[in-house]
Amino acid sequence: MRHLLSIADLNKSEAISILDTAFELARVSDGAVKKLPTLRGRTIVNLFAEDSTRTRISFEAAAKRLSADVINFSAKGSSLSKGESLKDTAMTLQAMGADAVVIRHSASGAAQRLADNQWMSGSVVNAGDGTHEHPSQALLDAFTIRKHLGMGGSDLSGLSVAIVGDVLHSRVARSNVLLLSLLGAKVTLVAPPTLIPIGIENWPASVSYDFDSVIPHVDVVMMLRVQQERMTDLFFPNAREYSRYFGLNAERMAAMNSGAIVMHPGPMNRGLEISAEVADSARSVITEQVTNGVSVRMAILYVLLAGGALEAGSN
Amino acid sequence: MRYPQLGALNASIAPASFNDPSREVGKEIYMSVALSAQDISRALTRISHEILEKNQGSTNLVLLGIPTRGAHLAARISTIIKGIEGVEVPTGTLDITLFRDDLKLRPPRAIMPTKIPTSGIEGKDVVLIDDVLYSGRTIRSALDALGEIGRPRTVQLAALVDRGHRELPIKADFVGKNLPTSKAQSVKVLLSEIDGRDEVSIEEEAK
Repeated sequence: MRHLLSIADLNKSEAISILDTAFELARVSDGAVKKLPTLRGRTIVNLFAEDSTRTRISFEAAAKRLSADVINFSAKGSSLSKGESLKDTAMTLQAMGADAVVIRHSASGAAQRLADNQWMSGSVVNAGDGTHEHPSQALLDAFTIRKHLGMGGSDLSGLSVAIVGDVLHSRVARSNVLLLSLLGAKVTLVAPPTLIPIGIENWPASVSYDFDSVIPHVDVVMMLRVQQERMTDLFFPNAREYSRYFGLNAERMAAMNSGAIVMHPGPMNRGLEISAEVADSARSVITEQVTNGVSVRMAILYVLLAGGALEAGSN
Repeated sequence: MRYPQLGALNASIAPASFNDPSREVGKEIYMSVALSAQDISRALTRISHEILEKNQGSTNLVLLGIPTRGAHLAARISTIIKGIEGVEVPTGTLDITLFRDDLKLRPPRAIMPTKIPTSGIEGKDVVLIDDVLYSGRTIRSALDALGEIGRPRTVQLAALVDRGHRELPIKADFVGKNLPTSKAQSVKVLLSEIDGRDEVSIEEEAK
């Protein structure tokens, strides 16, 4: 495996092996050892052409725990803001000897473009491209679900997950639908019809417009952020109406299954898609998702970078 | 998958067991059994006694097996010591994958569990246990891994088989059997916990 661009590139055993690797790495992080020599001498560039808190810090922490050298690079304050093209940026990174580039970009397919062209020889990790995919988020969500609700098996079969909210603009939803269904979970998307993308019938998920009828039947409620910065149209009448029909509040939480958990990829719009009461409740695993993010991203970097020359020839 | 494969995906993680070219189909292999099940059992009993003798009992001991087979050997030695002394010796496993110096030379390996006993290793007499001692590089990695966890009083090494050809200044304190081998040969250790039976054999590809 050289790049991680999309969950669609993974098969089930590859996905599970990343989760298993993350599990062992999490145990390392929990213990006395916070630093491993595994990627000593490797250079990882965080190329963030779009704002991010969690993902960038998480990738940085993951790389540093594996002893890689990290160069952070954001659009603001770099030549990207002067209009430098992705190609020129990539060739600069290549000239500096980057072994891997973690890229966040507002254009869907930016990571794929970086990987497909011969601009640079390193690995490319997609840390979110436009409204396309966010594979590392889906992996950490699957990891969190497996940790809380996994029935001893390595996959998620038998579990039922609702993904609720702005599916149209959500790369997290896209990656999660692919990964969770790949791992055997049943996925239901819940959103107003205006926020359901065209072509949804080809997704391995069912669709509902009625949040209340879905809640009692799922093990996981994954809320999505309403991505106002991507909304170029009027998708719902007003925030209060959205919140009334598709927000997770204490009343809806009370209707959830006894062991069910609440997830959110962050950043949250408290009071819009999720109430503060729910976000801070015992069912919420939102901060744990962040913790697990570091272990999962360590696993991704390990799988992509730890192996060496022979790998290119094999398989 | 109803979704198209968008990118090139080249390889998955190789299993932890080392990939032995002699296992390829169509190659003739000479094999000789070096240790039978009974030999292994006797060797482990002797090693257990030697560990107790050298450390004057089991009070400060911690046994750490190196996965996969070293971990099973550690569990067996722990059981034998319990039979002799009547005391449960803290026993765990220490995965050294993340500390290897040959990571760049092979496809990524699966990471195996590390379980350090709750008593920790600080100030303890730690006995590392592995199946085959060869180049010594695994043990070097294990010493690095231990150093990240704590500072034992002593670190000792037990190996079921010492086949020579050291590349580093490392020596075992307790050896089940010294097996003089050539580098062209490979040593196979089978343990009943994972392989269904106990046996150590030397294999060599026919010329």
